[in-house]
Amino acid sequence: MTLPQQDSFAVQTQNLRKVFGSKVAVRGLTLTVRPGEIFGFLGPNGAGKSTSIKMLLGLAKPTAGEAFVLGSPSGDVEIRRKIGFLPENFRFYEWLTPAELLHLHGRLCGVPDAVLSKRVPALIDLVGLTPHIDKRLQNFSKGMMQRAGLAQALIHEPEIIFLDEPTSGLDPLGRRMVRDIIRAQRDRGATVFLNSHLLSEIEITCDQVVFIREGEVVTTRDMRVQHEETIRVEVRARKVSPECVAGLSRWGSNVQVDEDLLTFTTPQRQLLPDILRFLVGSGAEVYQFTPQRLSLEELFMNIMGEDRGF
Amino acid sequence: MGVWIMAGITFREAARKKILWTALLAGVAFLLVFGIGLRFQVGDFRNSAVPPFLRYQVISAMLMIGLYTVDLLAVVMTTLTSVDTISGEITSGTIHAIATKPLPRWQILIGKWLGFVAMAAAYVAIMFWGTIAEGYWIGGVMAQHPVRGALLVFLECIIALSVTFMFGTWFSTLSSGVITLGLLGVAFLGGWLEQMSGFTEGSRLAMVGIISSLIMPSEAVWRRAAFEMESPLSGSLQFSPFADISIPSSAMIGYACVYLLIALAIAVYHFGERDL
Repeated sequence: MTLPQQDSFAVQTQNLRKVFGSKVAVRGLTLTVRPGEIFGFLGPNGAGKSTSIKMLLGLAKPTAGEAFVLGSPSGDVEIRRKIGFLPENFRFYEWLTPAELLHLHGRLCGVPDAVLSKRVPALIDLVGLTPHIDKRLQNFSKGMMQRAGLAQALIHEPEIIFLDEPTSGLDPLGRRMVRDIIRAQRDRGATVFLNSHLLSEIEITCDQVVFIREGEVVTTRDMRVQHEETIRVEVRARKVSPECVAGLSRWGSNVQVDEDLLTFTTPQRQLLPDILRFLVGSGAEVYQFTPQRLSLEELFMNIMGEDRGF
Repeated sequence: MGVWIMAGITFREAARKKILWTALLAGVAFLLVFGIGLRFQVGDFRNSAVPPFLRYQVISAMLMIGLYTVDLLAVVMTTLTSVDTISGEITSGTIHAIATKPLPRWQILIGKWLGFVAMAAAYVAIMFWGTIAEGYWIGGVMAQHPVRGALLVFLECIIALSVTFMFGTWFSTLSSGVITLGLLGVAFLGGWLEQMSGFTEGSRLAMVGIISSLIMPSEAVWRRAAFEMESPLSGSLQFSPFADISIPSSAMIGYACVYLLIALAIAVYHFGERDL
């Protein structure tokens, strides 16, 4: 089935698939990213995240399926003028200074020299490399290289920016800088496609996240909406019978008992009074009943399972 | 535009490689030794009864051996400096930041190729004309057609470069280097076998040499260069190891040019199609 070209989406894929020999890296990725949003792309190691990004950027050819970026087929050369990309573990010719690096990438993107002469120092300042402006990349730490890589991804003021592990190697101040830059890009109207292992960063930065496993979307979550379907409940109680524990499965999942601590997750807030009545009715002596919203990390663990090697 | 930006950055990248400076140092050492050797030989001849005609032929043969050394240095230097530019940047991920910019992949590859072409041209110019100048100023001899010779040595470098690029789009740095140097070895051996076949009129030996030249025509290009540079008398009298016993035809030079273009076209095609 041919995907209708959608200008209204920054990214749109339909059953995107990539096979290396007998190994299926991406099974059938279907997702949409709206313009101007910060999109989090989550999944355990080997879930096909990097391969998916490579297909979106034209670095790898899909075995099957379709993908559009800013309304053009992925890999289209001209549309790359509007795309910025920070690869994971950014590396480049080590004898360049950060200014030379940015001038080179700006020229490759067709940015006039007059514009670059103003934009380059501003970007170097933005990523905090002004004190190192005369150093060569060979003297840069991993975190400084990431900063330089981030600057090259922004040099042509792209409409969409793909960031693959942008906070890798950065200290807390550097992570905050990246977060601020990402938000500034969204405020400018750009779309940010973010792949990161730092779920706490994703949680406070992204507008929408998708969880993928084995190259397929498992679930999508709009971070701007208060979700009530995932509530973790901690109960301190005595005299909790095995029948009571078994009975909790009617309202929730992931039921665990550790001495007097009982935890489980439940999909709806309005079930909480019924659950409490059930516990008391089954003879449990309840001292504490605390419903908590699941963090993204807990949600991730629930969806992916704790043994997935994340 | 993208091609020239890539050519410029590749030239600067290549110029920073230790192997280039090692090859240049080796070249300078060679020019020194060659110049000293020529001066000693000329001095010895002054005090001897060797007839001028024979003196000229011996010095000419020395010049040809010098130029052959330059040829070998240039080809090996071109191969070793360029061997990791494609495969190495794919392995390290450096290529990702470039290949996502708005320029077609063929422009990346051709730009890199042109950068190394410029570097090889500079190296050949320095070494080749340095040797020719020493032959003229110290030894008093001049190659018959030095421009043709320089162009053919340059062509040989570009053949090795294109083959290195072609394998670099498929294999790792080490593998593509080993394969290219192996092919140059086959060409070297085949070229000398073909030369030897001229003494015995052994058609089977000549056939081995011709097949080797078809597999990798670099050495055949050198033997044509030698033919163009040697004086006709020196060649026919077989004073030098490159005497015109078995001369590669113009068709073989044409084949070498087509071979180069096909290797480059395969490199462009495969680099454009492969995952990075």
